[in-house]
Amino acid sequence: MDLADSAEEAGFRARLREWLGKALPTLPPRPSPADWPGRRAYDLGWQRMLYDAGYGHVHWDAPPGVRLVFLEETEKAGAPYVGANFVGLLHAGPTVAAEGTQAQRARWLPPILRGEEVWCQGFSEPGAGSDLAALRTRAWRDGDHYVVTGSKIWTSHAEVADWCELLVRTDPEAPRHHGITWLALPMDTPGITVRPLRTLAGSTEFAEVFLDEVRVPADHRVGEENDGWRVTMVTLSFERGTAFAGEVVACRRVLGELAQEARHNGRWDDPALRRRLGRLNAEFRALWRLAQWNVSAAEASGGVPGLAGSVFKLRYAQARQDLYDTAADVLGDAALDLDRPWVLDRLTSLSYTIAAGTSQIQRNIVGERILGLPKGR
Amino acid sequence: MRFQLSGDQRALRDGVREVLARRFGPRELRAAADRPPALDRALWRALGDAGFFALRLPESEGGVGLGLPEAVLAFEEAGRVLLPGPLIATHLAAGRVPGAATGEAVVTAVDGGRVEWLTEADVVEGGGGRGVAGSGAVALRSVDPLTPLHRLPAAPAVSAGPEAVPDPVAVLLTAAEQLGGATRACELAVQHARTREQFGQPIGGFQAVKHLCAELLVRVEVARAAVYGAAVTADPADIATARLLADEAAVRGARDCLQVYGGMGFTWEAEVHLVLKRAWCAPDVPGAARRVRSCWRASCCPERVAGASACTDGRRPGGVSMIVASTDHTA
Ligand SMILES: Cc1cc2nc3c(=O)[nH]c(=O)nc-3n(C[C@H](O)[C@H](O)[C@H](O)COP(=O)(O)OP(=O)(O)OC[C@H]3O[C@@H](n4cnc5c(N)ncnc54)[C@H](O)[C@@H]3O)c2cc1C
Repeated sequence: MDLADSAEEAGFRARLREWLGKALPTLPPRPSPADWPGRRAYDLGWQRMLYDAGYGHVHWDAPPGVRLVFLEETEKAGAPYVGANFVGLLHAGPTVAAEGTQAQRARWLPPILRGEEVWCQGFSEPGAGSDLAALRTRAWRDGDHYVVTGSKIWTSHAEVADWCELLVRTDPEAPRHHGITWLALPMDTPGITVRPLRTLAGSTEFAEVFLDEVRVPADHRVGEENDGWRVTMVTLSFERGTAFAGEVVACRRVLGELAQEARHNGRWDDPALRRRLGRLNAEFRALWRLAQWNVSAAEASGGVPGLAGSVFKLRYAQARQDLYDTAADVLGDAALDLDRPWVLDRLTSLSYTIAAGTSQIQRNIVGERILGLPKGR
Repeated sequence: MRFQLSGDQRALRDGVREVLARRFGPRELRAAADRPPALDRALWRALGDAGFFALRLPESEGGVGLGLPEAVLAFEEAGRVLLPGPLIATHLAAGRVPGAATGEAVVTAVDGGRVEWLTEADVVEGGGGRGVAGSGAVALRSVDPLTPLHRLPAAPAVSAGPEAVPDPVAVLLTAAEQLGGATRACELAVQHARTREQFGQPIGGFQAVKHLCAELLVRVEVARAAVYGAAVTADPADIATARLLADEAAVRGARDCLQVYGGMGFTWEAEVHLVLKRAWCAPDVPGAARRVRSCWRASCCPERVAGASACTDGRRPGGVSMIVASTDHTA
């Protein structure tokens, strides 16, 4: 067991730190959450800077340990998060890299890495959330195109996306998991209507996407027809695995700030509050160790993040919500003021036990696929 | 970074597991719980022969010459089978107290106002000038049949001297034992959930039960990462974190396991209660809340304090177990 950087990791860390020190001051001011064109430009611009400096591909082909160093250092330096690049960098991109043809990789991957194109994820439907395999958006083959009709929901960043990784049903007769196909849909195709949905935080993070006889070239299919479920599962674990590791570092920073604030406003004198803060600090320290453990395990097994991601996500989602509930205790009445720090974060933390697989679904996964308990009804 | 067990570490863990399975399996555990507590001296010497107590003693002093990570793995296994006896005190005495390293001597240590295995021990450490062995230690009817306890007459006052600061290694090894207990609880619960049937199916198919088991595992895995991490760094805040999460994983885990067992869990016969009682008996488990609270003294003083003196919020001076937090955010 060893927690020290390898020579490769240490060299990477030093170079990255130095670069961040120079690069971050040149960033433009952060756009407001409501300014979508601004956010798109900002997030893409950051990815472009990473690309130009040789860090654009870290999420993909760097060893997991190096990637963890990247997440740690960028977070510590206060660098922007992946933002609108999330699906491209952490889901659609890796899927194309793993399952796409040479031509598909050449078409779609470079613009993601260079910060030129935004992807969104069109999986969930009104009737298919936790039970994703129930999806009903239909696609028929018509010559060298698929014709797609149906609707998607909760599609994050749909408003500003160039591409959508879309799951469609191509064979309604087949067993549910065997009639699904993965398509890359250009978002400017005729027949697409995007209707933004307002989240409880007030902004429009996600949208409904209506598809009315939308024609998608057949060569935009990744993997075989009706093999889309497997294609998707190859990379879904990325989303649940180390994607959140960097946020643990951020949570530890917030915790320190909360303690400062509590000392300032006198709430520090409440022993119950101090106990909650101490408990959370242990929590995030341990979560960081768990991320390191999982990353090392992934490295030992050839880079595949495994089911351990579900264990991590379950505990992290809970800890993050506890963190911002504790922040509200620190703030007192100010916790009701949207202009105060942490208040918006408290609202967005509510999605962590729902998005990317609810906590109940994660417990099913842990119980059935790690502990081997029987599937039940 | 290669934060996984090495081949040697895995072999060591498997070796300890194998010895313990042979010498102290579920049958021996039940038998031990059914008779008045007595240390199995032959087992104690066998542990000595296997290098359990001399694990961290340098080879030049006749020890095995391994480090904290290896010790943590061994104590985790001991915790997993609920191996009775003052294991940690004897391990810490190896090289200092004659016979401790080889398992010929049983060494116990005073823990605040109490001491375990007093009448069985050959040597009692700590307790300052209170002359433990002879004077007025009162036997308790211990809640854990496998941890006999004595109460000491004058528990140390709030301003205990430096001798009362728990040894960080003892804190970490206790965490390792608790991790082992938590693992046992998880294994028992899952095993039972797979085999016990009601309503025509294994109860583990019911989500209410399945989710209890899933959370058991999550607590074990989070605690494991914390305990192993602390063994690598030996950092005080890491050790405090490990202890906190391992205590929780053991106590909560044993209770959830009891729930999964149903009426069987409430019996003397099922070993679940032994897991829970052992977890309760770990040194200063009742002080956990104090431990968390006081950590913030250390972590949030503007001038970061890493030592004991500045974080006294309870009976014991801060010591390492108190510092769950630190202002640096390096991991
Ligand atoms: C902020 C945010 C962003 C998102 N972004 C995207 C995106 O970009 N693209 C995309 O495709 N999707 C996205 N989603 C959708 C997300 O994946 C789904 O919300 C999630 O999978 C849950 O589905 P649902 O909302 O239909 O809830 P449901 O599945 O209806 O669940 C409702 C409740 O029932 C419980 N439940 C359901 N089934 C079971 C079961 N078998 N056992 C126990 N409990 C069960 C759930 O845990 C939950 O508590 C996003 C969601 C959020 C909140």
